Amino acid sequence: MSESATEKALSASMERPEIKMRGTNVSVFYGAKQALYDVNLDVRENSVTALIGPSGCGKSTFLRCLNRMNDTIDICRVTGEITLDDENIYAPAIDVVELRARVGMVFQKPNPFPKSIYENIVYGPRIHGQVSTRAEMDEIVERSLMKAGLFNEVKDRLHEPGTGLSGGQQQRLCIARAIAVSPEVILMDEPCSALDPIATAKVEELIDELRVNYTIVIVTHSMQQAARVSQRTAMFHLGNLVEEGPTEKMFTNPDTKLTQDYITGRFG
Amino acid sequence: MTLGILVLIVLGLAAIGYFMGRQRALKTSERDGRKLHSLVGYYGQSVALFTAVPALFLLAAWLFLQPVVIENSISDMIPEASVPAGGAKSLVMVDVRRIADGLGLLAAQGGVSEADLSDMRADLTNVRTRLATVGVALGSDVSPVVFKAAKAYRDIDTAATLARDIAVLVVALGFALWSWARISPSLRARNVSETFVTALLMGSSLVAILTTVGIVGSLLFESISFFKMYPASKFFLSTTWNPQFRGGSDLGFLPLLWGTLYVSFVALLVAVPIGLMIAIYLAEYAGGTLRSFAKPAIEVLAGIPTIVYGLFALITVGPFLRDWIAQPLGLGSSSSSVMTAGLVMGIMLIPFISSLSDDIINAVPQSMRDGSYGLGATQSETIKQVILPAALPGIVGAFLLAASRAIGETMIVVMGAGAAARLDLNPFEAMTTVTVKIVSQLTGDTEFASPETLVAFALGLTLFVFTLALNIVALYIVRKYREQYE
Repeated sequence: MSESATEKALSASMERPEIKMRGTNVSVFYGAKQALYDVNLDVRENSVTALIGPSGCGKSTFLRCLNRMNDTIDICRVTGEITLDDENIYAPAIDVVELRARVGMVFQKPNPFPKSIYENIVYGPRIHGQVSTRAEMDEIVERSLMKAGLFNEVKDRLHEPGTGLSGGQQQRLCIARAIAVSPEVILMDEPCSALDPIATAKVEELIDELRVNYTIVIVTHSMQQAARVSQRTAMFHLGNLVEEGPTEKMFTNPDTKLTQDYITGRFG
Repeated sequence: MTLGILVLIVLGLAAIGYFMGRQRALKTSERDGRKLHSLVGYYGQSVALFTAVPALFLLAAWLFLQPVVIENSISDMIPEASVPAGGAKSLVMVDVRRIADGLGLLAAQGGVSEADLSDMRADLTNVRTRLATVGVALGSDVSPVVFKAAKAYRDIDTAATLARDIAVLVVALGFALWSWARISPSLRARNVSETFVTALLMGSSLVAILTTVGIVGSLLFESISFFKMYPASKFFLSTTWNPQFRGGSDLGFLPLLWGTLYVSFVALLVAVPIGLMIAIYLAEYAGGTLRSFAKPAIEVLAGIPTIVYGLFALITVGPFLRDWIAQPLGLGSSSSSVMTAGLVMGIMLIPFISSLSDDIINAVPQSMRDGSYGLGATQSETIKQVILPAALPGIVGAFLLAASRAIGETMIVVMGAGAAARLDLNPFEAMTTVTVKIVSQLTGDTEFASPETLVAFALGLTLFVFTLALNIVALYIVRKYREQYE
């Protein structure tokens, strides 16, 4: 892990603990079934917020509300308010396409497009008109892959299919793809659950470095991962936000018994 | 004993064998299922299978061989001299068989005893009238030689049938007893019945393969005899198709190939864009209710017989195109045209393209869509840049399947595009295709062994090679597509 990056980010977040995204009374319904109950949660700028909790507790649902990915599910309905830089992202004036360019997402299973590595990266910038010339594209591909720590591994085969990479490389490619659009927030839905421990370590290291420039929200099932990469942790249970606070406090001295039991492995 | 009764008896024995085998398995295990290697039913099955399968196999082989063997021995009895001038021995043999069958009917219905039959002689009795009473009409009076042969045929046939019945029953009973006797708790009866099932499945696939081989073989055989009579270079390179029933025809393949490709091209030009857009709409935009209604409704198009499409082309589309487009533009005055057939065939192909492409687009994983939406792409950007490229190999496969369907289509072309072989670029002219000419060459009233008839096989073979190549390419692409996301 890069010490300087960690320190810099820490000091940065301590200087100005700005709220990047804020959820107020967020409830989510899938048809008649309610999946999330009045969740109030803040996401701080340039820090990693981990969402933990047992399966089906609503943490992924909350994450997907943050860039309105739930819109793609027909029966899903969201109430309450979520703001990005004090602007309600569910307001009618908000263009969901622009929102998702600002709030990128990395999924549980690596899902590179069946295109070349190069094409995977330039896909986002191209549809948003951020690049047009070949030189700009070359530049953004190199920069994104560099940031994702993948450039040296793939620089000789940029024009080979992204699906030919290993699982961990694919996931870092997906992170590079998300970075390429220059988002402000990156949402990660269990990004390491399909990876082996070595690939996981690499991705975790990457997340820690990315926090300097981006705000990150990560859903994870691994307590150790939450402890390693995040500054703040939120615990969900049965659609409710149980507890939220600095990661260190959550793991050493949680307020609720439920959190205590969960992080020590007594249930979940 | 008739064939049906024999088969029923064998099946009956098998059924009895099933219960006997089951009983014996129960008895030898002292009614304790746990001592048996397999479930009780499998012991019954093993006896039933051993009873029926070898016996029925023997029966099938016997049925196949008996006429051949008898025919050979009888045809030696007929001297060459008694074959009428201009006829063939095989025609005389047909008479022999008919008379033999008639004699059997006489014995059964006419109240003639076996003794009377064997005394009956062609020069004394009017065989022709006697046979007519039981419904067997003969073209001419029966010569003594033929009648003698017929009687011999009947005798041998009766004896052989009896031998067949006995042999089949002996085999059935023999195997039944053997398999029943060997039942013991340690017999692996389940494996026996599994082996039979495997063999059955293998046999079924063999039927399909052998049929293909047979079809190709017969095409190949007749094509070779065509090319012996007609130079291959002229067939493949000549631009004239002009069969003459008196010989000296021009049998150039190119105008027909051109017609086929032209009509198919127009058809695909109609079907591919429309079908693809339907598929995209149904897979990506349409809601569940609309989709569940629209998809079967479109697939109904695929169920319409092609002759009905042909009628539509002939009655509606052809005259419409002629009156409203071809004639005003001075492009022709024929209601049969490449355009007519192509348009109608295109409509026929729409469900092929739309249904297959729809399935393929649906098979693109949701994670691809999520990935694209997560980057801020709109729905149409996602479709154009992620989903269609990912589905492209499959869509090409659908396209090629539709193309081979178009190339093989006949009825729509006959009724829509006419039967004139012509090399022309004007889509409002009548043209014709390979398949149409195969039909017209084979249904003509010409001698079978002439190049004018045999050319049909050469055309068929060429077409077969063409569509086979297309299918192989399609299968290759579809297979490659399957490995895409894994």
